[in-house]
Formats: sequence, structure tokens, C-alpha cells
Amino acid sequence: MTDDWSWLVPLPVVLPLSAAGLALALYRRPRLQRIVTLVTLTLVAIVSAALLVIADAGPVVVEVGDWAAPVGISLVADRLSALMLTVSSVVILCVLIYSLAQGREDGERFAPISIFHPTYLVLSAGVANAFLSGDLFNIYVGFEILLAASYVLITLSGTMERIRAGTIYVVVAILSSVLFLVAIAAIYAAVGTVNLAQLAIRLPEIDPGVRLVLQSMLLLAFGIKAAVFPLSSWLPDSYPTAPAPVTAVFAGLLTKVGVYAIIRTQTLLFPGGALDDILLWVALATMLVGILGAVAQDDVKRLLSFTLVSHIGYMMFGIALGSVHGWTAAIYYVAHHITVQTALFLVVGLVERFGGTTSLDRLGGLAKMTPVLAVLFFVPAMNLGGIPPFSGFLGKVGLLEAGVEVGTPVAYALVAGSVVTSLLTLYALIKAWNKAFWQSPPEELPANRVPVMMVAPTAALVVFSLALTVFAGPLYAYTGRAAQTLQSRWPYIEAVLPDGQRGEGESQRAADDATEDATEDAPQDAEVGG
Amino acid sequence: MSPNIVFVVTIGVLFTVGVYLVLERSLTRILLGIVLLSNGTNLLILVAGGAAGAPPLIGVASDRPMSDPLPQALILTAIVITLGLTAFLLAMAYRSWQLHRHDEVQDDVEDRRIVRLAARDERAFEDDDTESDGETLDEEAATARDEMDEGGAFDEAPSERPPPRTDHTHREEGR
Repeated sequence: MTDDWSWLVPLPVVLPLSAAGLALALYRRPRLQRIVTLVTLTLVAIVSAALLVIADAGPVVVEVGDWAAPVGISLVADRLSALMLTVSSVVILCVLIYSLAQGREDGERFAPISIFHPTYLVLSAGVANAFLSGDLFNIYVGFEILLAASYVLITLSGTMERIRAGTIYVVVAILSSVLFLVAIAAIYAAVGTVNLAQLAIRLPEIDPGVRLVLQSMLLLAFGIKAAVFPLSSWLPDSYPTAPAPVTAVFAGLLTKVGVYAIIRTQTLLFPGGALDDILLWVALATMLVGILGAVAQDDVKRLLSFTLVSHIGYMMFGIALGSVHGWTAAIYYVAHHITVQTALFLVVGLVERFGGTTSLDRLGGLAKMTPVLAVLFFVPAMNLGGIPPFSGFLGKVGLLEAGVEVGTPVAYALVAGSVVTSLLTLYALIKAWNKAFWQSPPEELPANRVPVMMVAPTAALVVFSLALTVFAGPLYAYTGRAAQTLQSRWPYIEAVLPDGQRGEGESQRAADDATEDATEDAPQDAEVGG
Repeated sequence: MSPNIVFVVTIGVLFTVGVYLVLERSLTRILLGIVLLSNGTNLLILVAGGAAGAPPLIGVASDRPMSDPLPQALILTAIVITLGLTAFLLAMAYRSWQLHRHDEVQDDVEDRRIVRLAARDERAFEDDDTESDGETLDEEAATARDEMDEGGAFDEAPSERPPPRTDHTHREEGR
């Protein structure tokens, strides 16, 4: 099984990276560039969907360059990574089509095509690398790939406002990367490896105090990227200024890569939930502070950025419950939220195009002028607010049930908090819906033409989010199996290191030598930090 | 194994100075701070790899224990990444200087505006549904917009509407 299909695993990273080079080389031929990007990202989406099916039978492992696991870098597609990869590649593809249409409409005013396409491909490769990597340092590299691409995208065309927003974004992101790197150094000093599977074996053996420090450092680094409350204020400042498709893909994916990294490290490396109580409080604060920020906003993009922060709290809630049900709901919620949040930002991009502004002060009467946009806004907005029967409702119910099942006072506080947050989300979105779509505008809106090719991918994403509702049964079962794999940990470890020592790479002679050494070295390495 | 004290002190100094510089407002100083922090981190990784030893090449016979090659590979990667990001930050600082003649990190104007509004307890935007302007239901019905009538009611009866209140719905200039 794994022998047959493992060649698929590196493709979501390799294809976009190679295509980025190709697109850069074709900078004089924008048409070809567009085709290259479109074909590549379609292929990535297909490969990811295939991985989703294959990984259900067990984690698929590739050892890069055939170097055996703890020495070489392994790429692992288990259920969690495959699901994240599939949802994100669908989102990336939809946003690409949207931006192609916008680029054709606006030309160089939207973005210099020759820069946008290679960067976008690099972003896609970075996201895939972060999801697939079975190696802590390689996750760092994945983060850097996607962040470097995001720096370029957020400062596209270097206007005053974007440079201002970009400065904050870039500096905060670099600092979180430095923190992550310090955490990696400390972990290497403690256990002498950066391979996730080997870390999973060794970390439980070291001193609990040291382990707690390592865990907090990783959480801090990922918490900044995921925009968890005390570390979240950079997000609403920087996201709204970028072009609509860029904001949409950032909102959908970048924070979720951080959430994914938290799920992965919390479950695989630090089982036992030493920091779960603190994380629960943090989740509560994230939800409430985020949504209260959203209620106060005038600009729809900023409003959505605040709801984005707020709903990261739901995912943290599920993760911090530390139970299979909590993780099941959290993973489902991530998939739901990527789709819905991206769709909302795309619709707001269309609204901006149509009405020339995203300020609620100046918008109005859109429901009559463009009923299509109204429907496209209404469905994901209700979905985000958690109205039944949408996927947002299902995810939230899953989280609430898991919270009640855990039953500690903190968990009950979180259950109450998430209901309040859900209502406030509904309040904020209904307020925007009411003002922008129903009331008469203070001044006549320009009512610009909105290209069909920009509406179509938005509609496709909305339909995809509805599909998450319709196929919630199988999907929820899938995330349930993913959560069980996370809890037992061993399927992942055994897939990467079948004998607990080395992977299945073909560096034969060195491997033979090393197995002799490794049996002598391993205990010694483990002692270093202890 | 205890790490080399010189390294540890150097790392400490690099981090201290780096953190101090990052707290500044000028992007150039932040950049210098980030460079120092990254170099401190690189040294930290080197220390994490243990004491230096013989070159880690299989086949080069040596009695001494080998150096750990992995941290060196990690450091090389980190250096390359830092190099790229430093170049990008420099470009941003330059662009900022082009635009503003300085490279200080700006405040978010919209954020400030919302905060000021909140301090004065005003709404961010006007909302017809929540403005209570003392009309009775009958008066409201007379001026209500009729969706079936292409907004005719609105145009016909503007004078019946009370003048828009200006006290607490006063908007800020420039919006």
C-alpha cells in the first residue's frame, strides 16, 4: 500500500516549487504563466484528494532522497495532514481563479502578474510542506517558505498603507520564527533529534520541567502564527490592507498552519496535556476578545479579521480539551473555518469591487442591487455564526459536546463562552448584513461591474462549504479517525520508524553501521538534557 | 556535557541587545535587532550540537569523536533564510523612507479611529434600525421605504422625515 502510493506525497511541495521557477522564467509571457499556475494548482488539488483517500489506510511516509528517517527528512501524510492539505488546496485553487479574473480585469493595478504567480505558487508549496513535514526543522522551513511568500504578497505594489501593515506583519512573523528556532535548538539540546517520530519517543523520557519549557516555547511560537489572544493583535492590523484574494488566502490558511502545528506538537510530542488548563483559558480569552473587537468595527474586512481571531479560540478549545472528541471537533472546525472564512473575504472583495468601499458607513442597499452577492454573503455569514444546519453549527455542537463530556469547571466556562461568542458573531455579522445589504446607502454606490469569473470561484467555495455540511457524516467520521490516530500516537511513529530506531531509507551501508551505533548512542543522547 | 561559557555569554549578550533594538520604532534598528537575535539563535543551535570534534566524514579515520553535523546543516539553512528576510526588510525600510522620509513603524489609523469612537461612546456607523428618533409608528410607516415601489416613498416624502440628528451621530471629518 504505502510502497505503491508514497510517490504522491512530495508532489504538493515539489510541483508548485518547480512551477514557481518556471513561472518566474516565463515572466515575459503572462498567458503561459497563468496556465502553468492553474494547471499546477489543479494537479496539487487532485493529488491532495488522492492522499486524503490513501492516508485513511494508514500514514504514508516518504524519506526524502532515500535517507533513513532520523538522519534524513521524512514527509508524512497521515489523516490530519491529508485533510488539511485537501481543504487548503481547494481553497488555494479557488482563490487563484478569483485572482486570475481580477488580474484580467485590473491588469497591473491589481498586482504585477510576473511577481504574483511565482509567489503564490511558493506560498502553496510552503503550506503543503508545513502540513506534510515529519521533521520539526522542516516544519520551520515550510513556515519560512510560506511566510517569505506572504511578505511579498502583503506588500504587493508597495503602497503607503500596505507598507505600514506589512512592517508590522513581517516583524511579528520574523520574531515568531526566531522563537520557533530557539525552541528547536533547545529541543535538539535536550533530546538530540528533530524528527517528529523520534521526538515522540524521546520527549516523554526527559525531565518534566524541561519538557514543560520546551512545550511552552513551541506553543508561544505557534501561538503567534495562529493569532491566539495575547499574541493576536498583529492580525487585524495587517490583513485588511492586502488585495482581496491575498487577504482571503491568508485568512483561510496561514493561521490554520499555526493551528495545525499546535495540534501536531500537542498530540504527538507532548501527550498528557500539561498546559491544557492554561490553553483553555487562552481559548476563552481569544474567543471573547476577538469577537468584542469585531462588534466595534466599521470596516467589513476588519470585522472579519476580528472574527477570524475569535474563531481560532474554538479550535484552541477543542485542542485543549485533550480528548478524542475534542480533537475530532477541532479538526472538523479547522476544515470548516478555512473554507468559510476564505469565502467571506472573497465576497467582501466582490462587495468592495461593486460598491467601491468596505466601510459599513458608506455601504447599503446591496441586496436589491446585487442579489447574487447577497446570497453569497449570507450563506457563509450564517455558517460562521453557527446557524443550523450549516457546518459551523455542527462543528460548534461537536465542541460543546466534547466540552460537556470533559466536564471540568473550566470546560463548562468554555462551553458557555463559545455559545456567547457564537451569538456575538451572529450579532456582528447580522449588523453588517443589515447595514450593507438592506438599508439605503448614504450616497449612491458606484455599482461597478463584477466579472463572472470572480463570482464563480466564490460561489464554488460557498458550495464547497455547503458540501462540508451535506457530507458532514463521513467527514466527521474521518476527523474522528484522525483524532484517534493522534491519540494513540503509535501509527505515526511506527510508520516513520518501523523498528523504533530508523526509517526505511536505502542508505544501506551507513544504515547498517548506524544501527550498531544507534543502539549504543540512543540512551546517551537522551541523557543530555535530563 | 557542559556548554562553552564563552558561547553562552555571547548568546546572552546578542539576545539582550537584539531584544532592546527590536523594541525601537525605527525599522532599521528593528532590522539590526533581528539580525542579532538570529545570530544568537544560530550560536544556540551550535551549542545544542555539543562540543566540537573531528570532521564528520565517514572514512576519514580519526580517534577523536566527530562533531555533530546536523546542527551545522540547520544553522546553514537558518543563515540563508535570515539573509533573504534581512534583504526584504531592508527593501521595506527603504520604501518606507521613500514614502515618508522616515522608516518608523506607523500606527494603524483605522484602529485609532475606532478606539476614539469607543472612548466617546459613539457608533462606528449609522444604522437606521437602531436610531430611535422619537417617531411614532404611524410617522415611521409614512416614511418607510416600500420595496415594491422602487424607492418611490422615499423620494416623495423627504420633507416629512425629521432632520437627521447631528448631536451623537456626528461623524468625524475626512471619512
